[in-house]
Amino acid sequence: MSTTDQPAGKAEITQWPRATNTGHLHGDYFPRAARVALADPQLRRNIGNATTIIREKRGSVVAELDDWAELRAAGAAIKDATMADLGDHLERLETEVAARGGVVHWAADADEANRIVIEIARRAEARDVVKVKSMATQEIGLNEALAEAGISAWETDLAELIVQLGDDMPSHILVPAIHRNRSEIRDIFRREMGNVGVPAPDGLTDDPPALAEAARIHLRNRFLTTDMAISGANFGVAETGTVMVVESEGNGRMCLTLPRVLVTVMGIEKLIPTWRDLEVYLQLLPRSSTGERMNPYTTMWTGVTQGDGPEEFHLVLLDNGRSTILADPEGRPALRCIRCSACLNVCPVYERTGGHAYGSIYPGPIGAVLSPQLTGVADNPSLPFASTLCGACYEVCPVAIDIPTMLVSLRAKVAADPDSGDARERAVFRSAAWAMSRPQRWTRLLRLMRLGRFLARRGSFRNLPPPFNGWTATRDLPAPPDQSFRDWWTAQRDGGGDA
Amino acid sequence: MRVALFATCLVDAMSPGVGKATVEVLERLGCTVEFPMGQTCCGQMHTNTGYPDQAAPMVAGFQEAFADHEYIVAPSGSCVASVKHQHEWIAAGQLTDRHVTEARRLADRTYELSQFIVDVLGVTDVGAFYPHRVTYHPACHATRMLGVGDRPLQLLRAVRGLELVELPEATSCCGFGGTFSFKNADVSSAMLTDKIHHVLSTAAESCVAVDASCLLHIGGGLSRNRTGVTTVHLAEVLAATEAP
Amino acid sequence: MPDRQLVDTPFVPATRTSRQAILDRVRAATAGFEPAPVRRDYRQAGAHPQPDPETLLEVLIDRLVDYKAEVTQCAITDVHTAVTAFLSAEEAVRVVVPDGFPDEWLAGSTDSESGLVRLDDTGPLTVDELDAADGVVTTCAVAVAETGTIVLDAGAGQGRRALTLLPDLHVVVVTADQVVARVPDALGRLDPRRPLTWISGPSATSDIELNRVEGVHGPRRLRVVVAESG
Repeated sequence: MSTTDQPAGKAEITQWPRATNTGHLHGDYFPRAARVALADPQLRRNIGNATTIIREKRGSVVAELDDWAELRAAGAAIKDATMADLGDHLERLETEVAARGGVVHWAADADEANRIVIEIARRAEARDVVKVKSMATQEIGLNEALAEAGISAWETDLAELIVQLGDDMPSHILVPAIHRNRSEIRDIFRREMGNVGVPAPDGLTDDPPALAEAARIHLRNRFLTTDMAISGANFGVAETGTVMVVESEGNGRMCLTLPRVLVTVMGIEKLIPTWRDLEVYLQLLPRSSTGERMNPYTTMWTGVTQGDGPEEFHLVLLDNGRSTILADPEGRPALRCIRCSACLNVCPVYERTGGHAYGSIYPGPIGAVLSPQLTGVADNPSLPFASTLCGACYEVCPVAIDIPTMLVSLRAKVAADPDSGDARERAVFRSAAWAMSRPQRWTRLLRLMRLGRFLARRGSFRNLPPPFNGWTATRDLPAPPDQSFRDWWTAQRDGGGDA
Repeated sequence: MRVALFATCLVDAMSPGVGKATVEVLERLGCTVEFPMGQTCCGQMHTNTGYPDQAAPMVAGFQEAFADHEYIVAPSGSCVASVKHQHEWIAAGQLTDRHVTEARRLADRTYELSQFIVDVLGVTDVGAFYPHRVTYHPACHATRMLGVGDRPLQLLRAVRGLELVELPEATSCCGFGGTFSFKNADVSSAMLTDKIHHVLSTAAESCVAVDASCLLHIGGGLSRNRTGVTTVHLAEVLAATEAP
Repeated sequence: MPDRQLVDTPFVPATRTSRQAILDRVRAATAGFEPAPVRRDYRQAGAHPQPDPETLLEVLIDRLVDYKAEVTQCAITDVHTAVTAFLSAEEAVRVVVPDGFPDEWLAGSTDSESGLVRLDDTGPLTVDELDAADGVVTTCAVAVAETGTIVLDAGAGQGRRALTLLPDLHVVVVTADQVVARVPDALGRLDPRRPLTWISGPSATSDIELNRVEGVHGPRRLRVVVAESG
């Protein structure tokens, strides 16, 4: 499909905005950031151990369902169908939420979403808010914006708590503190909990149940006394106005149930049309993410329920670059993503670098296609190349996002971008393409390559100049053979010889 | 059966032995092998590095070279995957409608070697003799884009004298990824280090795969570390018939 | 306390233009996009051979136990015995009883001899009272055998969501007729406009080295009474 094809009607839109610079979508140059991560053996061990465990768990619970392939196909198709009529579904959702006492806000970008949430907090006179783990609010840098407005945001998910206490960045979609092992977590808890609230119990060990207990004690009073909560959403059901959050610890239930005011920030791609569609995703998501048949807790609510849960419910619908992705037929499937993180757990690159190397809060394979699309490739030009295109991500993706193909398409966009493309590389590839496009030229090039044999030592190269030095730093490159295959063929066959 | 060999640029330039072995195996199985001289490269390296526009003439050249052939066989999962999964996209974006149609037609006619032998020729025992201890690395594109499954293993298990040892974490990528091995040399090396560690843990004499590119990479690491372990393409194992 | 007057002023979204801009953009973006039709070839509700009731309960119990819930199976006439046994084993004295929880399922539990103190949500109970309670007993709306999931819909015998959240012990009674085979079978039995809580085992986390550990903020002990009629 041509990337220059403009769908009908697109011309009416004069501005296809990208995500704002606010928030956490922008990466460093991946190869450099990866080198830093690779130099940390503890990090690699932590991530390697964790991903090995989760891969096995996912594999066994996925194998339990004999209709997994059909669920996966339906999961992809429902999301595509939703996108095709997204405008109608958004309006329906808005109507249903409003009919049940919720207030719907529309945020074109991160800055607007942050302004809306701050305004809600001001009206509620909230100085503190409790938060359920949410990628959308990480994406828009909400905590930082709230802090600037004098409002403290307290993360309550265990991994987010570890990240927040450690003044760190998330490195995984599902388990933001995957780069920390148990003893590092214990040290952070001991050191930091007392500075912001209830301190860690005396003699806290690195036993995971003890660490979980410490989090329970630390956050308990905050849950009981905080007036406002902020969450993301895993799904929003257009026909009913129902919003859903999946979680494990019960911190989600606390935030979604106890505070008087609840604000949910939801990307516009989180919609599904019907209640029934949930039957697909409630099977795909837990098995793909935590490798469980079902996550411990799922909360579903529709607007406000008298006498049960928050008295005020605000739903902030966030675009922040999503409609621009939607306009690109090649990039569009990335919006199917249900943030399960199965692709991270199987990715050989992620497994070795961890999430921080990607810069964006969306790391791993899905991050490598999502972040550059949200920001525009010029702001994340190295991420599409942070993959060997091995295809492990596509294989496990529960909504069948063909990430490798999308990466290839994004690479072309990077190469064609005047600010990001590497003119020298393009020239080198052009001359290679020139030689390889005609058999006569190719044959001549092969004969020329043979001259390289004289530069090799004992049949191989061990120290080539840039850009090949990266290869020969750790690998030999064999010298070209004294006869190419086609010369052999010609000599043997056309020359009358018999192989 | 007439078979057109698509040698691939890498085999043509760097691993002619793999091409020769492919010819030998196919002829032993009764095929008449032809080598259309118009062929060069599938264009995958350009496509995957962001230059589908530059790959376009190679796609057109492939179509010209193989237009008249019913069966196109290549000893490379990766290049076959490019023909089957990328050529249509390149044609649609860079060439003409005629090229799109032709890309679809040729995609259906192009086979990776082990798939061709097992599925089309219906053979698993090719009469090979290879008295060595080997381990098998399932190349990513052959495994995931083509779904070759255990066909290479079926072929290897039927080779007389061959001892097949299972490779730990076999389906983990070796870290080659074309230009990834240059652009992200450090990550690539880290992946290769683990792959080599697993290959060495099998105490195999050789590591077998269906892709010359992965073997070039793994072999480069095995050689640099003076492991004494070699790499060998599936075609070379299948072509061997007598004790060395 | 926040100023209620101020808070109760409805928040008027100031972003009508963003609303229109987003809607215009998503409509323009997908103009001409015709995705493949949705095929529901997976096992839909009731479409597959339902396992016999015995098997269904076996699977449910197996999955509940797998996720570290304790389970007792009994006749519907013996529910009170099972509930009482769970409460006393956990030394639960102050127990929240939601409106509509059948009295006969607690018969004998709250008499003076057993020493149980029944907390009714009339008032309603404050968060501190709930936090200080030893446990809560509830019914449920639906249970999914295949995933070991119990769904609460705030109906009779379940109460509002906070009741099953703050006490550290949750004893829930599932009757055999509430058990369905798989997730698609459950959705049809639920009203999405009610607040729903899907519970699969006690509170847990996988955040430390991706190992599952039971017991964080939600009830750390989940006890399930599976009751069969007859």
